[in-house]
Amino acid sequence: MSKRKITVAVTGLNNIDSPGPGVPVIRALKESLLFDVRIVGLSYESLEPGLYMHDLVDKSYQVPLPSAGISSLLERLHYINEKEEIDVIIPNFDAELHNFIKLEKQLRSDFGIASFLPTSEQFESRHKSVLYEFGEANDVKVPFSKMIFSASEIEGLKKEFTYPLVIKGKYYDASVAATPEQAVNYFHKISAKWGLPIIVQQFVSGNEVNVTALGDGKGNCIGAVPMRKLYITDKGKAWAGISLDDEKLIEISNRVIGNSKWRGGCELEFIKSNEGEYYLLEMNPRFPAWVYLAVGCGQNHPEALVQMALGEKVVPFTDYERGKLFIRYSFDQIVNLSEFEKISTLGEL
Amino acid sequence: MQLNKNIAISDSGFIFNPSTGDSFSTNPVGLEIIRLLRENKKKDAIIKELTGRFSIDDSTAEKDLSDFLLVLRNYQLLNDHE
Amino acid sequence: MSNLTYERPFIQKLNTGTMNKFGTRTEYAPVTHLESVPVKRIVADYGSPCFVISERQIRKNYQDAVRAFKTRYPKVQFAWSYKTNYLDAVCNIFHQEGSWAEVVSIFEYRKALNNGVPGNKIIFNGPDKSAADLELAVDNNSLIHIDHFDELYELAALLQASKKKARVAIRVNMDTGVYPMWDRFGFNYENGQAWNAITKIMSQQEMELVGLHCHIGTYMLSAAAYGTAAWKLCDLAVNIKTKWNKSLQYLDLGGGFASANTLKGSYLQGADVIPSIDDYAEAITSTILNSAIRQNELPMLILETGRALVDDAAWLVGSVVATKRLSDGRRATIMDFGVNLLFTAFWYNHKVSPAQEFSHHTEDMVLYGPLCMNIDVIRDSVNLPLLNKGDHVVVHKVGAYNMTQWMQFIQMRPKIIIIDMEGKTHIVRESESLETMLRYEKRPDHLSQSSL
Repeated sequence: MSKRKITVAVTGLNNIDSPGPGVPVIRALKESLLFDVRIVGLSYESLEPGLYMHDLVDKSYQVPLPSAGISSLLERLHYINEKEEIDVIIPNFDAELHNFIKLEKQLRSDFGIASFLPTSEQFESRHKSVLYEFGEANDVKVPFSKMIFSASEIEGLKKEFTYPLVIKGKYYDASVAATPEQAVNYFHKISAKWGLPIIVQQFVSGNEVNVTALGDGKGNCIGAVPMRKLYITDKGKAWAGISLDDEKLIEISNRVIGNSKWRGGCELEFIKSNEGEYYLLEMNPRFPAWVYLAVGCGQNHPEALVQMALGEKVVPFTDYERGKLFIRYSFDQIVNLSEFEKISTLGEL
Repeated sequence: MQLNKNIAISDSGFIFNPSTGDSFSTNPVGLEIIRLLRENKKKDAIIKELTGRFSIDDSTAEKDLSDFLLVLRNYQLLNDHE
Repeated sequence: MSNLTYERPFIQKLNTGTMNKFGTRTEYAPVTHLESVPVKRIVADYGSPCFVISERQIRKNYQDAVRAFKTRYPKVQFAWSYKTNYLDAVCNIFHQEGSWAEVVSIFEYRKALNNGVPGNKIIFNGPDKSAADLELAVDNNSLIHIDHFDELYELAALLQASKKKARVAIRVNMDTGVYPMWDRFGFNYENGQAWNAITKIMSQQEMELVGLHCHIGTYMLSAAAYGTAAWKLCDLAVNIKTKWNKSLQYLDLGGGFASANTLKGSYLQGADVIPSIDDYAEAITSTILNSAIRQNELPMLILETGRALVDDAAWLVGSVVATKRLSDGRRATIMDFGVNLLFTAFWYNHKVSPAQEFSHHTEDMVLYGPLCMNIDVIRDSVNLPLLNKGDHVVVHKVGAYNMTQWMQFIQMRPKIIIIDMEGKTHIVRESESLETMLRYEKRPDHLSQSSL
């Protein structure tokens, strides 16, 4: 069977030390058995390494930052689409998802560009600040947590929490506080950086395990591969990891994806407590940067996502290889100034 | 007042300074001024060129040029060694 | 080269960062006309700066909002929030469309009367109502929304003395899950204060409790919070019915709906994150309809929406006074309007569009106002096409609060004009002059002159 030619636009080409998922997603698509994929890279910066990976990215365009607004994005995509006739678009950054979710219908109806994203409600429901409620609604354990708006509320936390606690920023940052004094300290540090509210979460000790998963939006989990980080960078990113044989974790992941009717790719971050209980710590609303491990284990999630975006039926994956490792490496590309000039002055490469 | 040596200028308005590694983009009038600077034209001569080519008065040309030269100095594209 | 048009020379370092010039042209599309009126003509006829209001947009906003609520709920009444914009011309558009008046001072109250609003269609809110104010409101049969116990007891005493009757509601504050919680106005729901106030009112022969009011905040980004607020008001209404067999005439959910301006510190554009008026309407009406209030006793739903109805219906036209370069190399542009006219520049990143054609080059700049005051900053950092002295700009979405909170400071306040439904322009407020200001000054004899 000859492969179908399609054009897929992908963001997140920042394959740096804290990598975006774009390049791994592209590698997965290039290995598709169903599609002959032409890749249009969408970048925010002129030094995103993926821009210069011509064996993976066929053509690139700069796009406006999410902060420029939906109308700017739409205008730019209109321009790009007239030249490239994009079939599917896969956004890979948390920060851009809000805009792409709002545009999903219009991109499909006006430009014929398909995507496969969570709904606005799903996207909102897994935010850190409401994750506890998300856990209750979808039958998964989440460490008890609470939003606070003032350091004076920390004193009263003793009634509901036992130390240590995790003090988290609304978007980023987390510190473990062993005493109320430390908690107050972290409250001020983190709120100065990320604003209010601050999320207080019960600390659970154990091992962190992650799952890359894909939902069909109708309550089926199309695929899920669990992984434990073997080594992390000083930024806390996985340097190497290994796929796990953990049926309970797969079962929980299936339940979360199923109950929430999750639509699209996601990463579930769990802590497996010393008592063997799994607690959901975070749910990222897009593929993780290590999604290529799933491909290596026999589940090509990006390919399946493209199929679903195109309205095709996908049979859930039932198996994957356990004990496969990914080991990340960095690689210095040599680039001519003329290429940098092109992307910098024309916004295209 | 001299444009630093070896500065690469392309028609698209892309400027590259190989001694610092910085790149810049400029508009057509800026590009023209940089070319004139490379020909070692002095400030008065550049103002004359500008007023001759465009319908602008001397004071506009002088004001804009002075500001532009200030920026070129800030960017280390221009030095004041005569 | 000779066929080029002149543009100020410009050079920009290419950072590894983003290229603003791609895809973001919409922000810089020149705005040469407001509706069909050329900006140049506005400046020529009325001067610069000048506020410009669109009658068409106000009517459209109002009708859209009414439709959003009336298609979901049987009895809906809007009351125009005077403080948002109390120009008579603006208020009268709303009154013509059917809106009542919502006022928060005796000044606004008299303005509403002066606009011909019947007393019984004026809602009197706010923490500061004197005995005389209350008496006037009682005589006019207005809806008095009581803010605190001092007001409640004062009104009770006044009514007992005069043997008159008053129609009252209380303002209720509550936790709706949003921060900050507005608890400075009204009586608290959670701690039972609101119920105590209701009990006191129900014991007063001279007071009729006709409704409940809340106003949970401003620029609310969560429609769900209105659902919570509506639920808590319904809960009180049901308890009132149970205890005294009294059905309330209305629930007033106040205002606070966001406009499409972008708040400072917000990463995404305001227009992309705010709930639609339908979202707010759905949250409020579905809560009331699903409450324990009986179908045949559903109260009227009052809304005091201000900002969301008028913000995008006005622009500020202004001009570049000068451009200069700051010590750190940044470009600064000085406009002929500042925070004296654009009070909302303190919390919004207002969108500013040039009013004439320009090239694709843009530069980062600070936008300053004309005041000789360091705080006079319109935008800390904005990427705009190259602007020159004398160029005109249009500031968008300035209809809410600016024309009431502006200040006569250093500069006089300029004209406000309105573009009517036919595209004709009318002055609705004259520019101030030295005489305007001197009219209120008095000079004691010994300070009437000097001889330098």
